Amino acid sequence: MRTNNLSVIGALALLLVAGTAVANEGHSDWQRQAGNEVANLPSLQRGARNFMAYCSGCHSLKYMRYSRLGSDLKISDAALAQFLVRPGDKPTDYIKASMPASDAQDWFGKPPPDLSLVARSRGTDWVFNFLTTFYADPASRQTGVNNLQLPGTAMPHILSSVQGVQHAVWKDVESKGEDGKPVTTKVFEKFEPGVAGSMTPAQYDEFARDIVNFLQYVGDPAQLERQGLGVWVVLFLLMFTGIAWMLKKEYWKDVR
Amino acid sequence: MGAVVESKGGAFRTWLNKRLPVDQFMADQLTGYYAPKNFNIWYFFGSLALLVFVMQIVTGIFITMHYKPGELTAFNSVEYIMREVPYGWLLRYLHSTGASAFFIVVYLHMTRALLYGSYKAPRELLWVIGMLIYFALMAEAFMGYVLPWGNMSFWGAQVIINIFNTIPGIGPDLVEWIRGDYAVADSTLNRFFSLHVIAMPFLLALLIMLHLVALRQVGSSNPDGIEIKEKLGPDGKPLDGIPFHPYYTLKDIVGVGVFLTLFAVVVFFAPTFGGLFLEHPNFEPANPMSTPDHIAPTWYFTPYYAILRAIPDQRLGALAFALSVLAFVFLPWLDRAKNKSIRYRGFASKLLLGMFFVVFLTLMWLGLQPAEPAYVLLARICIPLYFAFFILLPFVSKADGNGPVPDRVTYHAH
Repeated sequence: MRTNNLSVIGALALLLVAGTAVANEGHSDWQRQAGNEVANLPSLQRGARNFMAYCSGCHSLKYMRYSRLGSDLKISDAALAQFLVRPGDKPTDYIKASMPASDAQDWFGKPPPDLSLVARSRGTDWVFNFLTTFYADPASRQTGVNNLQLPGTAMPHILSSVQGVQHAVWKDVESKGEDGKPVTTKVFEKFEPGVAGSMTPAQYDEFARDIVNFLQYVGDPAQLERQGLGVWVVLFLLMFTGIAWMLKKEYWKDVR
Repeated sequence: MGAVVESKGGAFRTWLNKRLPVDQFMADQLTGYYAPKNFNIWYFFGSLALLVFVMQIVTGIFITMHYKPGELTAFNSVEYIMREVPYGWLLRYLHSTGASAFFIVVYLHMTRALLYGSYKAPRELLWVIGMLIYFALMAEAFMGYVLPWGNMSFWGAQVIINIFNTIPGIGPDLVEWIRGDYAVADSTLNRFFSLHVIAMPFLLALLIMLHLVALRQVGSSNPDGIEIKEKLGPDGKPLDGIPFHPYYTLKDIVGVGVFLTLFAVVVFFAPTFGGLFLEHPNFEPANPMSTPDHIAPTWYFTPYYAILRAIPDQRLGALAFALSVLAFVFLPWLDRAKNKSIRYRGFASKLLLGMFFVVFLTLMWLGLQPAEPAYVLLARICIPLYFAFFILLPFVSKADGNGPVPDRVTYHAH
């Protein structure tokens, strides 16, 4: 019996190691964690404001209604109508992009994606790194910028007035190619400040973090309610299990 | 068991029992059904599997009221359920977590059978019916995974259905017949919906009923692998048996409580389980023009998927894939030990079984990884070890599974 227990424990340990390996997969030095907290209501409200001001011109949130956003994020109907609902839209409308899709096709080569689920499909860290790693790239003739997280992105640096435009510093790294000859690859080293924006780098990180936080909420709007309800469900089940266990113990006294 | 029960109680109960044998059924199946008293933690998972099955049916009924099959409507309707249907998110997470929970309890249930030789005579057919349930469950889970019509649904369906392409002669026609189109498309999604909500649940219910009838016929085995029916008391009841009700009904309810607590923690606090229960690429709508970075089926298929992927020759890979799943069916005849339980087998048997568990879990992990050379190499080392278990079992079990066993089951009152 002991051998079996050991093998089961060994297998579980292996699974744990596996889990860690999965978590660390494909991580580069420059990638940072978003560090947002979806329970932080002021951050979500700021994120909603930032999103509507800077992103919603091109990106829709087609599964999200203004009114749901208002009630979940505790924004009054008046404030919702004044600051967030686009003129011409009703509060019960889904959040659409202002720009017609056909124009987007002409201007950017492809329509900007809907962002309702981007925090779920790509992950919050991905979105945070995408928003913070735009840099000036003369080789990009369409937009003049490039992005570390999504190289060759069609999106212009729409937040350049806030972040400014930073420069990327690359270093040459020598390595052996498959044929044994030395190969030089350019590897990102660091960012250097270029044109200044209206915010300091720390302020911009907070600004981006609020947007990421908002998008995480939009990915699964029930998550705030879910965790609150979950606490009570788990407490009830623990109590139920305790009572069931005492009942079982009482009956099983007879079994010798 | 089998004794005719005199109906007691009032006029209604007598009236009822003359027309429907309620009391007789209770006596035969619960209060008069004797189960070994020495069940341990491994014996919770059968009743838990039944619980999860019922839960999947109930949540499925309500999800089906709002879900709309069809390549243009499926993805949107799932998001509609998540956002607009009151408590729709709860139904969906219960159902998606339930799918993974089903496989967790079924794998643990099967592990129990492997540990204690529960599949051995006279329970061969019980095991074979159980394996049919497992296969039906795999089909049910696969088709259910396609229904949200996310990008992983689409590409997963593409990969799995194409396995049938390797069947000589009929392969290409068969694949077209399964898909109902020249590609995975609307027709595929709609037929999978039909099979997922009608055909497979019916089949599963039938097989589960047969599994229970077969269990009642032969009785449960136990961790000592001793037949309790061979040691009867003066009253004709097994000395080491206790009535299923109230003893095991109450004990199973404790198991249900622990299980539901863990289940609720996942549903409410980690419903995607880090991308294992709901994969990240599946939050993007199906897109035939964009392949996900690496296609992996959900975790419960990955041991077999790792085998399929590691073999360079497609046809050979598909064959090994099929064999690795089907091999379990033959366990009752491959195991030639006199004793059932691993407790009364030698070190070689324990080593062989322990190796199999480690190899199975390693392959499960490998199937989740991208197909990088080091991982493929490790999978290629695991494949011979996987099949070695089934090939060596007849010899190892015959050699060291015949030692003395105790007269009565081991049980310490607590």
